[in-house]
Amino acid sequence: MPPDPTQPVLRVSHLSKSFVVHAQGGLALPVLRDVSLAVSPGECVALVGRSGAGKSTLLRCLYGNYRADAGSIRVRHRNDNVELAGAEPRVTLDVRRRTLGFVSQFLRVIPRVPAIDVVAEPALRLGATETEARRRAEFLLGVLGIPPRLWLLPPATFSGGEQQRVNIARSLIVDYPILLLDEPTASLDEGNRAGVVELINQRRDAGTAIVGIFHDAAVRDAVATRIHDVVPPGAQP
Amino acid sequence: MTGRPLLSVRELTKRFGNRVACCDVGFDLWPGEVLGIVGESGSGKTTLLNCLAGRMTPDAGSVIYDSNASGLVDVHRLSEARRRLLTRTEWGFVNQDAREGLRMGVSAGANIGERLMAIGERHYGEIRQTATDWLGRVEIELDRLDDRPTDFSGGMRQRLQIARNLVSNPWLVFMDEPTGGLDVSVQARILDLLRGLVENLHLSAVLVTHDLGVARLLTHRLMVMQGGRVVEDGLTDQVLDDPQHAYTQMLVASILPA
Ligand SMILES: Nc1ncnc2c1ncn2[C@@H]1O[C@H](COP(=O)(O)OP(=O)(O)OP(=O)(O)O)[C@@H](O)[C@H]1O
Ligand SMILES: Nc1ncnc2c1ncn2[C@@H]1O[C@H](COP(=O)(O)OP(=O)(O)OP(=O)(O)O)[C@@H](O)[C@H]1O
Ligand SMILES: [Mg+2]
Ligand SMILES: [Mg+2]
Repeated sequence: MPPDPTQPVLRVSHLSKSFVVHAQGGLALPVLRDVSLAVSPGECVALVGRSGAGKSTLLRCLYGNYRADAGSIRVRHRNDNVELAGAEPRVTLDVRRRTLGFVSQFLRVIPRVPAIDVVAEPALRLGATETEARRRAEFLLGVLGIPPRLWLLPPATFSGGEQQRVNIARSLIVDYPILLLDEPTASLDEGNRAGVVELINQRRDAGTAIVGIFHDAAVRDAVATRIHDVVPPGAQP
Repeated sequence: MTGRPLLSVRELTKRFGNRVACCDVGFDLWPGEVLGIVGESGSGKTTLLNCLAGRMTPDAGSVIYDSNASGLVDVHRLSEARRRLLTRTEWGFVNQDAREGLRMGVSAGANIGERLMAIGERHYGEIRQTATDWLGRVEIELDRLDDRPTDFSGGMRQRLQIARNLVSNPWLVFMDEPTGGLDVSVQARILDLLRGLVENLHLSAVLVTHDLGVARLLTHRLMVMQGGRVVEDGLTDQVLDDPQHAYTQMLVASILPA
């Protein structure tokens, strides 16, 4: 059953986050204060704010990569509403496996694993057959313009843009209902950027709820349905 | 989420004389989870692992294991014979020093086959076939089946030890610095192997390492130990990317970015 498009699949309420760096005297650096945001299927919310405002921090909190200090992050997962703030690791991991995809700016390379397997892995984890996962991986790598001669090589030696596209392929191989994108087109040339924009729009129009950071205004205009301003706590009225 | 923990650890404490090696440790390990234990030398990682695996008796606390064969068992109240059976059938233990986990005087094939015999396999041809398959899986040339591990390199020995432990399809594997003491290229190969095996066999594991890169690659969750105590625990990437405790921040800051 497709999700009810009028109901948010991601609901952030009163989220706060500070960093305390003990080596620097243990002072708390507040980055997010009282952030609330709801995202429904088919929406693409672009996070906008100056450098250092906390856009990546917000996205990482939504993925459970950064710990929320206070507030709530609820996602629609397996027909249920699951709280991610303070969740047990196994809950967060299950949500990531099925519901929540994340494209970070950099690929974390796994030594010795060929690009095609890096891409196929999330699908295999969800029970796709080897053949099916490979077929989808090849399709995505093709669409993203990675030449077949690279498919069987580990991405460690790939260029920044190639790694970025492998990363995108890995996050799109599963149809996650919610996608988080941190500058997915940052290191891409014009042609490849258009391909990624096309893929993002397809997902959005098929009902994926997307939250993303897009520095490039043209990319943002092409994909976003809505803007969410990220304002550092000090600058708030 | 449903189900019950595979391992439930409560208030585990172990002293050597008046030195506390591990103090008041408690956690639940769920099926399919890989838990990493990190911390500096002497922080009590090996002591804790040995207490979990029943190789060392704690001074206080309990370790309850959900045995496939016999339901919930208190690891430290089992008879020696039953614990040995459990260790051979449902568990694996990968030592840092492969020589401690292998029988150096018998062939590679026998090292693997022994575990199969412990779980009741009797057909010689099948044991040999399975042993050969596993040599392949851990990337040791098949014609080394009848050689002794004394003739193997450190990396090969470690891979053989892994094969010996995993051939019997254990539910839970304990590993103490499985890549310690090996050079970097050999390490990468073993990590890759372990990663694939953990993923494909849906193993649960407790892995001790002082290498945060290894922890990031192989584990779902981390416990950070300092002076015998757990000072922080959580999802691996969260602990490494957003460390809360001063000690964890120091550990993370002291590694060079990859
Ligand atoms: N792991 C961390 N530990 C300590 N401080 C952090 C951490 N991550 C981010 N910060 C701090 O939080 C603030 C917000 O950073 P963040 O990366 O979220 O900004 P951003 O809006 O994404 O900026 P940019 O547009 O430059 O990517 C910065 O001051 C940054 O130094
Ligand atoms: N058999 C023993 N007898 C006496 N003290 C011991 C014994 N085993 C360990 N200890 C002490 O207990 C403390 C914890 O040791 P342990 O071996 O568990 O540390 P570790 O975290 O595994 O360190 P490493 O990273 O160096 O392997 C240390 O102070 C150690 O000296
Ligand atoms: Mg950013
Ligand atoms: Mg040790």
